[in-house]
Amino acid sequence: MVRFESVGLRYGGNGGQHPSPEVLHDISFELPEGMFCWLRGASGAGKTSLLRLMYLAVLPTSGRLTLLGADIGRTPRASLPHLRRRIGVVFQDFRLLAHLTAFENVALPLRLAGGAEAQIRADVTELLRWVGLGRKLHVLPRALSGGEQQRVAIARAVIARPRLLLADEPTGNMDEEQAERLMVLLRELNRIGTTVVVASHNDALMNRHPAAALRLEDGRLVRGA
Amino acid sequence: MKVPSASARASRSDELGLRRALSGWMLPLLVAAMALLAALSMAGWVGSTALSRQWHEGAGAALTVQVPRPMEPAVKPEGTRLAAAVALLSAARGVASVHVLTDAELAELLRPWLGDSAGQLALPMPAVVAVKLKGAAVDLGALGRTLEESAPGTMLEDHGVWMRRLSALAFGLQACAMLALVLVCGIAIAVISVATRAGLAARRDAIEIVHGLGATDGFIAGRFARRAMLLAASGGLVGGLAAIPMFVALAAFAAPFADNARPAMSVQDLLAALPLPLWGCIGALPAVAAAIGFATAQMTVRRWLRHLP
Ligand SMILES: Nc1ncnc2c1ncn2[C@@H]1O[C@H](COP(=O)(O)OP(=O)(O)O)[C@@H](O)[C@H]1O
Ligand SMILES: [Mg+2]
Repeated sequence: MVRFESVGLRYGGNGGQHPSPEVLHDISFELPEGMFCWLRGASGAGKTSLLRLMYLAVLPTSGRLTLLGADIGRTPRASLPHLRRRIGVVFQDFRLLAHLTAFENVALPLRLAGGAEAQIRADVTELLRWVGLGRKLHVLPRALSGGEQQRVAIARAVIARPRLLLADEPTGNMDEEQAERLMVLLRELNRIGTTVVVASHNDALMNRHPAAALRLEDGRLVRGA
Repeated sequence: MKVPSASARASRSDELGLRRALSGWMLPLLVAAMALLAALSMAGWVGSTALSRQWHEGAGAALTVQVPRPMEPAVKPEGTRLAAAVALLSAARGVASVHVLTDAELAELLRPWLGDSAGQLALPMPAVVAVKLKGAAVDLGALGRTLEESAPGTMLEDHGVWMRRLSALAFGLQACAMLALVLVCGIAIAVISVATRAGLAARRDAIEIVHGLGATDGFIAGRFARRAMLLAASGGLVGGLAAIPMFVALAAFAAPFADNARPAMSVQDLLAALPLPLWGCIGALPAVAAAIGFATAQMTVRRWLRHLP
């Protein structure tokens, strides 16, 4: 599902006379399909950077990364969009498109994948109802509360049934109850087969939901998390 | 089920919010101005082409030969000087027709100078031969020499010098028009590229989000290209429509030089008299502007997207 082999990352690439410092060093691990995994580490340790590699927002500057069976270094750039469509991402700041309604935001991954309009309408409506936004389908994000926006973001991340779901500190802006509800949703998605990786530094939450964990310190993976 | 509101439906195919990022009157207005310039260049082209064609068919293809003392014997062949000249002219390469002007025709030609009495004048009149040429491959020098040998004093009036000067002028005008067209296209490409880049900068976040959701370069470039095409086409349409009154004014100035000139032409007459190529040009402006907008946006966006993995 996900395999890192001595992966290193430098923002801005290896080129240039003054390459920027490496933020991830010699990362090696493998996540089997269907796993739930915490990604732990202090702020600045490199959690977001590691997730960015996993959702192909950046490419490794060294080492080998294999995602969903594809060796990324050998995959032509034109094939990356198809891989991205099978990876769902929940961002801490949601990243909803402000000029699109909740419905249109959630429909977007299906539209990009070329789904049939009638099916899209049915699926999106059902999912938004399921996350409790059945009455706010056609509302713009700025008219939604933070919690509602996050539910739209989660719905968008999972609408296309991704095989890999990544979340970057998803509970950062939530109270405990909201965080618990999100955890129930993530574990449910995991139970039906989605591989889930959640970056967090919320120790209380992670202690309540024990699971496998990767721990980052200063851009290095430390064993025995 | 609730039907999506009009605004939701309208934004469905505007994932990147380009209706706001690439909006306003600036781009269509600039394109309209350039379309107008392009139309005027085309008018210059069509006008100079038409004039040069007229000159070619009129003055250029004709030759006037005067044979003094036409009835005296010629030097070389048997017969009169006129008969010799006509025979030589008819046999020359590149000559389409030879016509000896009758007394009545001569009188008609001279009437402006001599009045109605021209025909009865007892002056020794030269015979005038109107020669029509086909093509430009006539060796006038050689023709003049042979005529001189058989009927000395024969004058060959060549309209070709003027023709060549006017042709050079027409060619210069056409070259200027072509240069103006090329420049206008170049500026249009630059303007659309700058506008597209501004749109890319304004919508960077949305582009990155959509890219992250698995949008291909083709999808993103296509959205920009569609928008740029629409704006450029509307500019081209406005510019083309604005060109019509200018064409009519130019046609009014040019009308007195036309063969079928009439003293007072109405706007309808002038519109009807506009050469077909100009109507084609007006029709083509929105299409060409749209094509330039589409292609420029495609290339600009695709190049920019290379920065994303
Ligand atoms: N876009 C970027 N360009 C350059 N450096 C970055 C960028 N994003 C993060 N970094 C650096 O990478 C390191 C890890 O950051 P990050 O992955 O955001 O850690 P975390 O998510 O664990 O807080 C930090 O030192 C940060 O300054
Ligand atoms: Mg982070």
